[in-house]
Amino acid sequence: MTPLLDQISLVLVYSAIAVYACAFVAFALQLARSAAQACTPAPERVSVVAGPLPAGPADTGDAEPRPPVGTRGRVGYALTVLGAVLHVTAAVLRGIAADRVPWANMFEFSLTGTALIIATFLLLSIWARTAFLGTAVLGLATLLLGTATVSFYVPVIPLVPALQSAWLVIHVMVALLACAFFGLSFLVSVTYLVKARPRTRAAAPRLSALLGSVPGTEALERLAYRLNIVGFALWTFTLIAGAIWAGRAWGRYWGWDVKEVWTFIIWVIYAAYIHAMATRGWHGRRAAWLSIIGFAAVLFNFGVVNVFFTGLHSYSGL
Amino acid sequence: MLMRIAQERADRPADHVDRPLEAARDPQLTPAGWLRWGWRQLTSMRTALILLLLLALAAIPGSLIPQQSADPNGVIQFRRNYPEWRTAADVLQLHDVFGSVWFSAIYLLLFVSLVGCVIPRIRHHVKALLADPPATPRNLARLPAHRRVTLAGADSHEVLELARRELRRQRYRTVWSGPGRAASIAAERGFLRETGNLLFHLALLAVLLILGFGAGFRYTAQRILVEGQSFANTRVALDSFTPGRFVDPAQLPRFTLALDRFSVDYVEDNPNALGMPRAFEAEVTVGTADGAQRTATLRVNEPLSVDGADIYLLGNGYAPTVVVRDPAGKIVFSDSVPFLPQDANLTSLGVVKVPDGLAEQVGMIGFLYPTRAEAANGASYSSYPDLLDPIITLNVYIGDLGLDAGVPVSVYTLDTANLTQVAGGDAPAPAVQLVPGVPSPLPNGLGTVEVTTIPRFASLDIAHDPTQVPMLLAAIGAVAGLGLSLFVPRRRVWVRAHAAGGGVALEVAALARGDDPRLAGTVDALTAHLVSRVAEQKGAPR
Repeated sequence: MTPLLDQISLVLVYSAIAVYACAFVAFALQLARSAAQACTPAPERVSVVAGPLPAGPADTGDAEPRPPVGTRGRVGYALTVLGAVLHVTAAVLRGIAADRVPWANMFEFSLTGTALIIATFLLLSIWARTAFLGTAVLGLATLLLGTATVSFYVPVIPLVPALQSAWLVIHVMVALLACAFFGLSFLVSVTYLVKARPRTRAAAPRLSALLGSVPGTEALERLAYRLNIVGFALWTFTLIAGAIWAGRAWGRYWGWDVKEVWTFIIWVIYAAYIHAMATRGWHGRRAAWLSIIGFAAVLFNFGVVNVFFTGLHSYSGL
Repeated sequence: MLMRIAQERADRPADHVDRPLEAARDPQLTPAGWLRWGWRQLTSMRTALILLLLLALAAIPGSLIPQQSADPNGVIQFRRNYPEWRTAADVLQLHDVFGSVWFSAIYLLLFVSLVGCVIPRIRHHVKALLADPPATPRNLARLPAHRRVTLAGADSHEVLELARRELRRQRYRTVWSGPGRAASIAAERGFLRETGNLLFHLALLAVLLILGFGAGFRYTAQRILVEGQSFANTRVALDSFTPGRFVDPAQLPRFTLALDRFSVDYVEDNPNALGMPRAFEAEVTVGTADGAQRTATLRVNEPLSVDGADIYLLGNGYAPTVVVRDPAGKIVFSDSVPFLPQDANLTSLGVVKVPDGLAEQVGMIGFLYPTRAEAANGASYSSYPDLLDPIITLNVYIGDLGLDAGVPVSVYTLDTANLTQVAGGDAPAPAVQLVPGVPSPLPNGLGTVEVTTIPRFASLDIAHDPTQVPMLLAAIGAVAGLGLSLFVPRRRVWVRAHAAGGGVALEVAALARGDDPRLAGTVDALTAHLVSRVAEQKGAPR
């Protein structure tokens, strides 16, 4: 039964990757179309985030119509939802096959982590207009899930005694969720930096048209901040839950194990980011770079520390 | 300043002025002036930010270079592999990054900066808590969220009273402001944002203090215990003991612990994980000082608490019982010797030292293969971790074991510098091969050696840490404070109404301090509420 479920799960993962790739194309086409439309008189849309801009001009809530998502964007969303259904089913089947939570080795971290990125993006899209992010999010998720499936896949095996704890459910789940928020914020910060780059010469008209179709820099900065503070709160919880688990399993709550060091580094980088947002001369481009460095550290912690460093957290399963 | 975590530039107190940097360029500063300038620099947000970045950067070497505390074997190996790094590592304390002078300097400066920021912030916050909401600005239309409606046939005082009641219901502090035509309501909410912010930073301060002073009250100890054996929790019975500065070894809780049985459940039904351990269980009997005895089961992730000490199951392996007899058949050595596991299939390495009773001192380096298998090149290995077909090979050495010099020697290593190999390796005799229960002669007519049984051993950590509870409280405080400071919106709302052409001109406006996604929504909702209430009152029969 277990190998069969595992096989079905894997087929669903490949299907989800294919559907995500199609969704990526649809979102990219939508972006191209918005760019083409933006070449014509459309003004720069600022208030794409549902919330108002307290520091901005008077915003009485109904002054600005939201930009439509567009047919291709809707197709992109529909495909994303379809892919997410396949993806989540794959993760659930994997969990049933293993008789435990589907996040106990590198392949499963990636499987569940990318599912959380997509789910967070979809939920975010209900609350705010984030169709412009679709291309980037789907691109990132397809890439991560594809890479993980190709290079990290391992057949289902039971948990080693060290991982048999309720904290596996809480600590790892919250860590993955935090990473999903950091990942989305990373994409927003990259968009911000591209949009906010100083325009020395007349930029290529198509590129400026493309940038004209994404929200204004202030809205982007605010969105990145909101995603990052949620991620930071979740990461703080991850760190503390990990310390409690370490105290339970190893008799000390903090021992500067390699993974603990990197969890700490990531926490400090995002703490610095939040401070930067409140420091004159540091919000804007510098804060955006910190947000990008923070996610780079998250990826390093996941892809490099798990695989190449030796420490107590040797659970990559590779 | 560090205190400003999670607050945006709009969040500064209204009376806040960024500390002027011009003072730095003033050549006529007195020494006290310089001190004050230095203090302001240290407690500025910019400095805190740079210290945070430095802290992240400084932690990186701690993950790249093995640390004495987390990975002592890695340190030995690193020093062997990179001899050119030894001086640098010693001078820069690279094997003790998190206790090093430079790392400590960064976080201590950070926390001094934090304290220098917390104190004025607390003062400012208390003042704000006691003060009324600020008076209504003259031009509400300039605020980030603003609505203006005209209500026909309403009374301005009544409308304002409705607004005040609604705002009170939403837990705003409210105050009437301005007489006559300028009558208005000023309201403010979200003081918990700053309270949470302060709580978060104070909790971090507490974490540091608990870490710093708590270390002196902790101890950790290790003990390897073979099935069937027991030990009393005293300093001499422990294999290692690392006490904090204020720990008195005489005060260790007096208990005895016997390992009755150690069982391992192996995966047998999954070809991808054949032989993987599914569960480790150490069945123990604990005797406490009052003479009571109880049995318990110790598992990974499930420590056992005895008289304030926690006992953790951290490892296990095999401890073959080795019996050595002299040529006359008299037993000169009989002990269960822990063999340290070398791989997942528990190929284990152990050292047997027989200093007395034979013609020469004998040292043996043994390999245990729980399930014997042979590679194509003839080398032995273990193909399964359970004892299905165990074999032990012994390389035998004779000479001076170095035990008589009075220098402590590890029981897990054999210094072969002063020894001659007489079996195995390049020696004339092949390595001694043993299966349980069958004695085998030692070379040179030294005697015989036998492995009678192969019990398991459990490696236990015994720890006492009185800082756990205060640390947990500080952590909970930090999370709670962070949640409040990031997600409670601090918001000021003003409502102004005055009679205009038989009705009331109503203005509602709001200003957020910090990030506030629902600012405009609040103003809209309040306006809609007032409009509908006024309509209700007009429609209601008098």
